Amino acid sequence: MSKRKRRMNWFYVPALILLAMFVVYPFAQAFQLSFMKWNGYSVKKTFVGLSNYAKLLTDENFHIAFRNTLIYGFGSAFLQNALGMAFAIFLNRKFRGNSVVRTVIYMPVMISGLIMGYIMSFFVQYRGGVFNEVLSWFGTSQVDWMANGGRGVLIIMLVTSWQYAGVSMLIYIAGLQNIPKVYYEAAIIDGANKKQLFKNITLPLLIPAIFTAVVQNVIGSLKLFDVIVSLSDGGPGFSTHSLSTYISNQYFKAQNAGYSATVGIFTFVFIMIVSIVMTKYFTGKEVEA
Amino acid sequence: MKTKKKKSVWEYFVSAVIVFIYLIPIYVLVVMSFKSVTDGSTRLSLPNTWYIGNYSKALMDSGLLQSLLNTCIITFSTVVLELFFACMAAYPLARNKSRFNNTIRMLIMGVMMIPSLSILVGVYSTLVSMHAISTYWGIIVVSVAFGLPMPIFMYTNFINSIPESLDEASAIDGCNAFQTFFKILLPLLKPVTVSIVILNGIGMWNEYGYSLYILQKPKMYTITLMISQYFSTTSVNDLNGAAAAAVIAIVPIIFIYLILQKYYVQGQIDSAVKG
Repeated sequence: MSKRKRRMNWFYVPALILLAMFVVYPFAQAFQLSFMKWNGYSVKKTFVGLSNYAKLLTDENFHIAFRNTLIYGFGSAFLQNALGMAFAIFLNRKFRGNSVVRTVIYMPVMISGLIMGYIMSFFVQYRGGVFNEVLSWFGTSQVDWMANGGRGVLIIMLVTSWQYAGVSMLIYIAGLQNIPKVYYEAAIIDGANKKQLFKNITLPLLIPAIFTAVVQNVIGSLKLFDVIVSLSDGGPGFSTHSLSTYISNQYFKAQNAGYSATVGIFTFVFIMIVSIVMTKYFTGKEVEA
Repeated sequence: MKTKKKKSVWEYFVSAVIVFIYLIPIYVLVVMSFKSVTDGSTRLSLPNTWYIGNYSKALMDSGLLQSLLNTCIITFSTVVLELFFACMAAYPLARNKSRFNNTIRMLIMGVMMIPSLSILVGVYSTLVSMHAISTYWGIIVVSVAFGLPMPIFMYTNFINSIPESLDEASAIDGCNAFQTFFKILLPLLKPVTVSIVILNGIGMWNEYGYSLYILQKPKMYTITLMISQYFSTTSVNDLNGAAAAAVIAIVPIIFIYLILQKYYVQGQIDSAVKG
């Protein structure tokens, strides 16, 4: 059998070649470029040592993009999971039409973040936007929603949380359905109240689902790109940039390809650390169902 | 009986609020796409007169049609290649658990952690040196490469759940490794394949980050690039036309979602379960 098994290994060679050519090699190249000064198209590349990395410490726009990425990543992961869990618990109740609600909640996940951003721009526009239309019903003065960077970041975060809450919801629905009903029955016989049921049965048994949902959301939202492009394009100034949009801005607009590669390597290392720390934190907290 | 009725009233109220919040953006988009530019009605109100000119204009736009065709070609090729390479790669990883193969599996999972945009500079300059900018194959190979780890992961888990005695039986009947894979295992992989097709197909249809830089010639634009053209170049005067184009881009996806919902939901769960 062992010769047969060794021959099997040929099957993964094509996949490995593709990964090597279009992920690993570009990764190595990005790493190399992160030590260079390069405008992105000329033949001339100058080795500048660690100075691109040193620039990370002083570049204020990078600091803004990093802070925003943290807000987009952790803020929307938190909201998305809170919403997702609430929806899942609500829809886990048996009532007619709950599958319709589930379908509707999941629908925005289908729509590209880019288009969703444009749709939302109809809401936040100063002249005639939906939010201002609603404000005008109450006679309140109009607000230019995206003119303020801090508010822009919050709006982008809320839009993503709303759009992708369906993903966490599905994971939690699956998790809830895996909890055996007998646990609840036994606990009710022992006189447990609703709060205790949630705290002592639902929550601990949902830990694997929570882990999956949180890790997926954090990593997904740390990479946020499309919706920012269409909703604010990083502006006003650099105030709503994320690391992803800042990378492309530095490469294609500011023509700092070398520095852009440095920001990219930073982003990669940062996301790597976050996922390792989260995995460490969640393992050991799982309870066998 | 009475309390039960009260309870469901509460449920329907909450449901109505949720549905309202989730449908209002789509409502605004659709209503806008049916208004002419001169329609003075507000965003939330229905059009003064229902106007289909935005749609006829968008559907006459050869650029938009070309971009739909491009998106179909790119999405289809990417998904087919991904399936092909992924299910093949998963077979030895699931069936031959040597220490070497375990390392390979870890490496592939490690690649999954690389955020595609973080190495934009490297990918872009690699493609430039291969003359792959503004070509179908450029965007396709990059998307396949970045998309591969997830289906490999899903297929490996799935093949793990198929008893190995099936392979052994086929070996006794004289199948070599290749025949076992193509004749015995491949037909069994249907459910997970459907999930991957839907997940990655929709992901590709909506892809924007890389196409933005790889597909620079307007003739090569995908639908997302085309929509962003509509919104940025026409933003001052024709948001209604842009809304119609956006509806055209969304409708096929929503349609597929509603038909294949069952599989899609399963796929979303399969891809999330840690193996």
